[in-house]
Amino acid sequence: MSADRTEIARQFIASLPHCEALGMVLTTIGEGEAEVYMPYSEKLIGDPESGVIHGGAVSALMDTCAGAAVMSHPNAGLATATLDLRIDYMRAAKPGATITAHAICYHMTRAVGFVRVSATDGASDVPVAAATGAFTVERGNS
Amino acid sequence: MSRAKPEPIQVVKERRDAALSALVARVPYIAFMGFEFERRGDELTAVMPYRPDLIGNPALPALHGGALAAFLEVTALITLSWSMVWPKIEAGETVDVLPKFPKTIDLTVDYLRSGLPRDAYARAEITRAGRRYASVQVEAWQDNRARPTVHATGHFLMPDTRTPND
Repeated sequence: MSADRTEIARQFIASLPHCEALGMVLTTIGEGEAEVYMPYSEKLIGDPESGVIHGGAVSALMDTCAGAAVMSHPNAGLATATLDLRIDYMRAAKPGATITAHAICYHMTRAVGFVRVSATDGASDVPVAAATGAFTVERGNS
Repeated sequence: MSRAKPEPIQVVKERRDAALSALVARVPYIAFMGFEFERRGDELTAVMPYRPDLIGNPALPALHGGALAAFLEVTALITLSWSMVWPKIEAGETVDVLPKFPKTIDLTVDYLRSGLPRDAYARAEITRAGRRYASVQVEAWQDNRARPTVHATGHFLMPDTRTPND
């Protein structure tokens, strides 16, 4: 996708209140793929002993990234909403590390977008979490 | 033969509430999200008071799906931890050393309705509590209990509660 459209998408994600609250930044988008990162922050800690970020914050990041991938698909509709998301937590994220989510909308029908997402922290090739989801496709009254 | 006099209700309530507060206060993310827990006996109800920064779709407006998923996950984790602490509280122990939190293995979230810009409530039901693994169902609703907003099923790895050898 062109630099202009990436910038528009970046600003759109940054303007969503909950994404802004979690500090999410969209870096890449286009053709059903998106990448969004979320810097480490102490307010996101889920386990006070280790400083590991809470799974809920990682879920929110993956949900956002998946939605962005759906919207960037060539056959996307006007809007989307999550129908279901199954998240597997493979390991604890490294405390202090930025979490980056990468999503692919691998199939799109008239009504549903199917998405795979993974989240990495740069500390290992094994993702922190992976998710699969189904998203609605709002096409308006046509 | 006489039985020991029952403890005054206020003492019992204070012990239970102190343990619940301690459990919840440990997690910075819960404070950040503004989640609260209410207790009736051993039953917990989580509350996510509405805040503008929980919105994910400003056009509708609707709560962010991720915020709702996080709310369900936190409700499940606190309910599981509470189930480990409860027998100790009832045995009259003050829970000075809280157990480690269970670890989420997976969570499947079913979005049933869009999240309204209003408070949300959630309760978790432990469907299986094994020594190592637990299965939990958790549901959140808003204005109408019979019309849930989101539902999730999750699997959790329970912390090792065996006392370490000194």
